[in-house]
Amino acid sequence: MMRTYAGHSTAKASNELYRGNIAKGQTGLSVAFDLPTQTGYDPDDELARGEVGKVGVPVVHRGDMAALMDGIPLGEMNTSMTINATAAWLLALYIVAAENQDPPTEQRDLQGTTQNDIIKEFLARGTYAFPPAPSMRLIADMIAYTVEHVPKWNPINICSYHLQEAGATPVQEIAYAMSNAIAVLDAARERLNSSSTPRAQELMGDVFGRISFFVNAGVRFVEEHAKLRAMGILWEELGRERYGVTDERRLRFRYGVQVNSLGLTEAQPENNVQRIVLETLAVTLGRDARARAIQLPAWNEALGLPRPWDQQWSLRIQQVLAYETDILEYPDIFEGSKVMEGLVAELLEGARAEMAIVAEHGGAVEAVPYMKAALVDSHRRRIQRIESGEQIVVGQNRFTETEVSPLTADAEGGILVVDQAVEAEQIEAVRRWRAERDQQAVDAALGELARVAASGESHENLMTPTIAAARAGATTGEWARTLREVFGSYRAPTGVGEASAAPGDKELSELREEVAGLTERLGRRPKILVGKPGLDGHSNGAEQIAVRARDAGMDVVYEGIRLTPAQIAASALQEGVHVIGLSILSGSHRELIPAVIDALREAEVSVPVVVGGIIPEQDVAQLKQAGVAAVYTPKDFDISRIMHDIVGIVGAEANGHGPASNGSA
Amino acid sequence: MSVGAGLGKRLRERDLSAAPAALNLLESSTAADREQARALLCEVSPAALGGEAKGHIVGVTGPPGAGKSTLLSALLHAWRASDRSVAMLAVDPSSKRSGGSLLGDRARIEFDPADKSVLIRSTAAGERLGGLAPATRAAAQALAAAFDIVVIETVGVGQAETEVADVADTVVVVVQPGSGDVLQFLKSGIMETPDVLVVTKADLGQIALASRRDLSAALRSLGTKETGATRVLAVSSVSPPQGIEELVGALDEHRASLDVTERRLRARRAGALLDFTAEHGERGLRALGGRRTGERLLEQQDPGLDSQALMGVLEQASANR
Repeated sequence: MMRTYAGHSTAKASNELYRGNIAKGQTGLSVAFDLPTQTGYDPDDELARGEVGKVGVPVVHRGDMAALMDGIPLGEMNTSMTINATAAWLLALYIVAAENQDPPTEQRDLQGTTQNDIIKEFLARGTYAFPPAPSMRLIADMIAYTVEHVPKWNPINICSYHLQEAGATPVQEIAYAMSNAIAVLDAARERLNSSSTPRAQELMGDVFGRISFFVNAGVRFVEEHAKLRAMGILWEELGRERYGVTDERRLRFRYGVQVNSLGLTEAQPENNVQRIVLETLAVTLGRDARARAIQLPAWNEALGLPRPWDQQWSLRIQQVLAYETDILEYPDIFEGSKVMEGLVAELLEGARAEMAIVAEHGGAVEAVPYMKAALVDSHRRRIQRIESGEQIVVGQNRFTETEVSPLTADAEGGILVVDQAVEAEQIEAVRRWRAERDQQAVDAALGELARVAASGESHENLMTPTIAAARAGATTGEWARTLREVFGSYRAPTGVGEASAAPGDKELSELREEVAGLTERLGRRPKILVGKPGLDGHSNGAEQIAVRARDAGMDVVYEGIRLTPAQIAASALQEGVHVIGLSILSGSHRELIPAVIDALREAEVSVPVVVGGIIPEQDVAQLKQAGVAAVYTPKDFDISRIMHDIVGIVGAEANGHGPASNGSA
Repeated sequence: MSVGAGLGKRLRERDLSAAPAALNLLESSTAADREQARALLCEVSPAALGGEAKGHIVGVTGPPGAGKSTLLSALLHAWRASDRSVAMLAVDPSSKRSGGSLLGDRARIEFDPADKSVLIRSTAAGERLGGLAPATRAAAQALAAAFDIVVIETVGVGQAETEVADVADTVVVVVQPGSGDVLQFLKSGIMETPDVLVVTKADLGQIALASRRDLSAALRSLGTKETGATRVLAVSSVSPPQGIEELVGALDEHRASLDVTERRLRARRAGALLDFTAEHGERGLRALGGRRTGERLLEQQDPGLDSQALMGVLEQASANR
């Protein structure tokens, strides 16, 4: 199956995009939701500011879902939704949209996948909404519901994709994905056993067979292929031994893939095309471990949001591979290969050892802090290898001289920019929706949802009141707020506190010298606030900056994700920091960075602000004009250099003011 | 009036917005800033206040992962609900290799950024393991003049609560259910008995109750402190919270039962000696004529002096010998 991950701006605009892609030969849909939808906030929520329609489509109520799927017969479609914390809600909206289509489709005929993997959200992606225990309950409820009522639906997709993006080694990717699957399957088994259904064991087999994986494939494609073979072996073992599954079909390891984005570069972005092709080979070469569905990123992902033409290019890569090459004509070409078998055995051994450690912690849910710290550490090592030149990235740390690229030379720099008016339109639209619906019906439905959520032990399935709330016309933010009020809110561990200190290379000792000198001049250690404004949960970059700043000898206040401008300003004031580092990857820097700077001014905090993230070249000047001291983009891969820069900025500032002049003195 | 004295005066007048700049000054080590810091502390000394600072200094300590941050979030909300202003000093360990630190606790304490009656400040412990930076002690004493509650949060078991006891009115140790090591530390005397012992994660039910029972039994076998028996409470900070109101009550009761003047005086004298040793080392202590001589000297001083002034007395004495 071939799809491209898509959605932006509004339901209507995304619907046009989908219809266009289907006309070009795409055989399934892959829906990208915006961050407010993913984290359960309406467009008019303070936290949604700057994020509406940015990284995907906003879907606020059943009307939006109907518009998104307008003219696409859902009974024939296979729809993959990248949605996790709010997966139960979006599936409910999808079910209701299908009922209301002409002709209607019943839920038992719907096909598709909800990503619904919350553990990796705590570990790597950051779009969680509720604490771990109730999050796992939502997943178990959804699995128990779909296996009976929406039997062709894959309720969960265990994602190791994001773990590799967060720095996981192949062994970690295998081990954490399998441990995650065990946590989900154990929860589902408990749910089924405690429900009144007499078919619990039979349904457990169905559940096992319905679980698919979403993996990553890096450019070391031989090892990556071995990784997938190893995962297949572990999965079958797990099915037979832990869950008593005997049906061969259900024991098969099924996975979809999005090839690596971490390795894509901003420098000489055209090189990303060959990286994508090679990574695709990792998941297609051997038939015994071949992907079911492939999504390819666009060549210019490190620059900003891809345009339809960029996405077409990615689709064409798959089509050439499938229809022009002979790759699909042979049985498994690695059968009997000693090298491949050896590689697989090595990975299996490492993964089993790591899974045992996770089990010792009490399983994947309890081991989240351990796994998070391990990932931050692996990522730190990877960056250091690239900085030292030990790991070569063509065009970035080797062969950097280049001709001018005609691909990025046009006025917009080769990326799509979401119209800023979208947010205001969506705010207006949701207010109109609320005004026009039957408020009593919505209140009653949300009241019932709260009751079931609070019932806890009585095993009432949350899907039932969720679907009722979708029918009644409740919004995404209302659904999530109702559950937050019962479940409480949550902040995931950051992993940075536990990250081991870097070995002292020459670069680092120089940096420490500079920091020591600055400390003497300032009278206290330079203190940096690192945080992510907005809803973007991709915290890998911010974490690495925080860890390196500590290794350089600074005091680091790491604030984590999902901060409002007011929170950042209050923290900067109270903490008496010398510099603020903000990271944004979602494209909302145009709104959020000036908002933070305004908030700082209001709090009378006058310290330099530096910004890192996916910032298109043409936005840099605008940010600097707004008062940003420096902007770092993916081409600034050398974190030591960024640190030198920051130390310099703090030093220059110190020449102007004494240390006591920070804050409100 | 100098910058330092101005900030001190604002704190004395309970102007909470002076706190961040006051802390910047107290943490600084340049000669000019330290001069200002002394002026600041002088303005909030018992002599200047006409008595002890009104704020309740609460030390909260416990092993990593015991649930301190979550508990502090819940306590913060309870205190704010009764309109008490709160300052929290979160002390994190520093990296021995680089001297830098990652101050991550703030992210786990939920607060309303528009609420001007809350201050959260993360500080690094500095070079001393399990200890408090001298600035943290001075900060707690200064903030107690302006805030109703001043919390010092430290990480660790064994050393940490002793250091906190030297500055706090009330010492709370936080443990999670099933932490046998804390029991061992208590019995062996490595750990001083806290004023309040909190067992977190009461939502775990039986295990938490059993832990609470064991700890109570251990404390009974050790006898009681001079201020009364240690309270042992089980709390759960996850929704719905349990035991938080009781904890707030227990803290208030302990404070009410305390001879604050006596405890603060002792804390200031102990703090001055600690600061002196941190600054001048064992050699400095010898020049003074030994620890006991130092303690006797401090006992003769005016009870209204702050610890900075007391440290000055020690420095003067060691120079004169």
